Amino acid sequence: MNGNIDQHAVGPSGPRLQHVRRIGTALGPCIGLVVLFLLFSACDMWQNRHDPENANFFTMYTVQQLLRDAAPVGIAALGMTVIIIAGGIDLSAGTAMALGATVTAWFIREDYHVVVALMAGIGTGCFCGFLNGTLISVLRVVPFIVTLGTMSIFLGTGWLLADNTPIRTDGKAPQWVLSLQQEIQPVHDWMLFGRGVWLMLGLAVIVAIILHLTVFGRHIFAIGSSESTARLCGVNVNFVRVAVYTLAGLFVGIAGILQFGTIGSGDPQQGIGKELRIIAAVVIGGGSLNGGRGSIVGTLAGACIMEVILTGCVSLGLSSTWRDVILGLLIVIAVTLDQIRQRRLMAGE
Amino acid sequence: MPDDSPSTELPSGGSSGSSAQAALLEMRGISKNFGATRALNDVSFSVRPGEVMSLIGENGAGKSTLMKILSGAIAPDDGEMTLDGQNYRPANPHDARLLGVAMIYQELNLAADLSVEDNIMLGQESNRFGFLRRGEQREQVRRALDMLGHPELKPETPVDRLSVGAQQLVEIARALVMDARVIVFDEPTSSLARHDVEHLFKVVNRLKKSGIAIIYISHFLEEVREICDHYTVLRDGRSVGTGTLIGTSEEDIVTLMVGRSVDELFPSVPHTPGEVVLSVQLLSGVSIPQDVSLNVRRGEILGITGLVGAGRTEFLRCLFALDRVTSGKVLIHGASSRHHPHARIRAGLGFVSEDRKEEGLAQGRSIADNLTLSRLAPYSSGGLLSLTRREESVRNWMSKLQVKAASPRQSVTELSGGNQQKVAIARVLHQDADVLLLDEPTRGIDVGTKAEIYRLIGQAAADNKAIIFVSSYFTELLAVCDRIAVMARGHLRDVRSASEWDEESILQMAIGLSDNDLDDSET
Repeated sequence: MNGNIDQHAVGPSGPRLQHVRRIGTALGPCIGLVVLFLLFSACDMWQNRHDPENANFFTMYTVQQLLRDAAPVGIAALGMTVIIIAGGIDLSAGTAMALGATVTAWFIREDYHVVVALMAGIGTGCFCGFLNGTLISVLRVVPFIVTLGTMSIFLGTGWLLADNTPIRTDGKAPQWVLSLQQEIQPVHDWMLFGRGVWLMLGLAVIVAIILHLTVFGRHIFAIGSSESTARLCGVNVNFVRVAVYTLAGLFVGIAGILQFGTIGSGDPQQGIGKELRIIAAVVIGGGSLNGGRGSIVGTLAGACIMEVILTGCVSLGLSSTWRDVILGLLIVIAVTLDQIRQRRLMAGE
Repeated sequence: MPDDSPSTELPSGGSSGSSAQAALLEMRGISKNFGATRALNDVSFSVRPGEVMSLIGENGAGKSTLMKILSGAIAPDDGEMTLDGQNYRPANPHDARLLGVAMIYQELNLAADLSVEDNIMLGQESNRFGFLRRGEQREQVRRALDMLGHPELKPETPVDRLSVGAQQLVEIARALVMDARVIVFDEPTSSLARHDVEHLFKVVNRLKKSGIAIIYISHFLEEVREICDHYTVLRDGRSVGTGTLIGTSEEDIVTLMVGRSVDELFPSVPHTPGEVVLSVQLLSGVSIPQDVSLNVRRGEILGITGLVGAGRTEFLRCLFALDRVTSGKVLIHGASSRHHPHARIRAGLGFVSEDRKEEGLAQGRSIADNLTLSRLAPYSSGGLLSLTRREESVRNWMSKLQVKAASPRQSVTELSGGNQQKVAIARVLHQDADVLLLDEPTRGIDVGTKAEIYRLIGQAAADNKAIIFVSSYFTELLAVCDRIAVMARGHLRDVRSASEWDEESILQMAIGLSDNDLDDSET
């Protein structure tokens, strides 16, 4: 026997495999996105085969519209990716997002300066996240239960603030805030996509840098992978957790602004069910609910996949019932595929 | 192999030479009470730089309490500790690490999704303004792995892709990067294959030469003898003996451990093999095992061994249909059985998993629940369970197997490893299985309880049951089994009567070098 220890219990190894594994996590959802888009385009063309003028799914306009609609969920999902990598979950993201939008609307209605209103909206998101992180760390209750509770609390708070009816701003909101979401065509041709989309991409780059190039990022992965190991190695687990939830809250707050921009009013009810969309984006994108794994590119692809299905079903004239069924199936399929891929990697194929 | 290899350079009279050297770590008069139980009573313990000190004792003797105090997980009630002459009082395990005391536990402390480098540097990342400095980190990781003599480990590999042996190296490297001066190994070899154990010993010798003090805890006395210089024996929370291993016999140490002379480490119960009860024909799983055939008789103990990855456990799991069977037949009492665990149980097979925590027992449930889970029929009438009748029966089994617990209603999680194992074995006996499949039934339990388990296995054979005993510990198989089968790379290499094997020949067969192969190729 030579002096080298048997490094790998199974299968081939080395940088090549690791490369495959890392890229593979993000590649799957991206391929899925392209395939689904082409599939819906083909269906659309087939449906309109007698009237080709009407087949308009496979156009730049659709892509612009898709990305615009994906932006709020996509941005909130960036934060959710970080939480899920750290081994947590946030069921309150949807109602916190709507609460942020409601707070923004309230400040605008009450004639505060728009910057104040936006800061208040984003600050609300941050505070919601901070509250979640603190409760989880201090009470030592699992994130699922804590955020199940705060989900309801944020919804109730929103209704209190809005006095039980959505807050309308009656044209007081400045045009540039609304144009974050409402312009389908970009403001300038050179921008190609709306502002909200660029905002999402910019934030994605920042999160990717935090996750992969900073000490904080390593600690996030470590906590999600094995909390006890991280603690033993001197990682301040509580601090990192509160920071993770607060960071995610920041993104939820920004997503709330976009949501406000979309409808121009603050409606606490808009957030119900959104948390599942946000979590689904992360999971379709290859994030593991066991923690330790997740991909920013995958999450963005996941958010877009859901939007392709929603828009695609509308263009094919399918009812919203079918949309929900297809979306649900897709989540199960995505997770199953990921499991199979993981198992095959483990078996070293 | 335990021989006079040049790597263990113990000069003659080395013990007297090293005792002149001051202790690096010293624990004096340590006492600790948990409620009314006195876990440690005036224990003193010391280790010098470049020394490998073995801490020996049965489960419950106080080894883990002493090590928890050393690692800062708990504080002693009384006594003092010094490290390098300085007062040593760690506030928590991380603090102990910073002061230079690192623990390598049996269950490794690694973040599975992170790379080798990220695991080694976790909590001590080199950075500038919070951004990682990869180049510098890589340098530190390389230095640590070089020092361990394993520069071939790639820093970017995720640790869940590594073998257990390599994962252990990652933990040791982490201790080195933290400048550990005392490293505690707690049962480091219990999940390692034999050749990984040899690698580990080389690493320990390197650490020793660089002046690190090592505390080595193991149930395997042969192993202790091979790697350690000195020993300290704990019994019932007291240190009952310390000295050099050279010149101390195994018998002496066992006597110190159990407090009475053990005439037999391996008690045997006379039994005679009868007719074939289980016949396995060309059984194959998804990748391993491959085409395994064997017969087991009533009243016979068949041992199966091999290196890690040889397919021992996989074979047993396929045999019990826990893993998918791709081809082959399993005949029980001459009748073919469908490949499904409940069909196997009905046909008379009972299975004890190697993994007590995750699979072998329903943790958090009571002894009674665990013991009767595979056969509740005797206590049910019309679908309703008679809990009193069940408890009575469970009480009987507990006294028969000497399970030490407060009551049948106590949670198995609160029991010691040895008692948990007895509950698991009691379950298959209660199930009245004809064939017992035992996977590593003595792993991680103390010498005294091991002897009880051997006696139980012998008694089961005397009661006309067939036993398949899977183990990586050759010595126990040689002592307990009637026949031993050796597996390598998923294949069953050879089955012989136990008297025709010795440790050397089993190892050669397991690695794949055997005279038998040569014989085969000649004929």
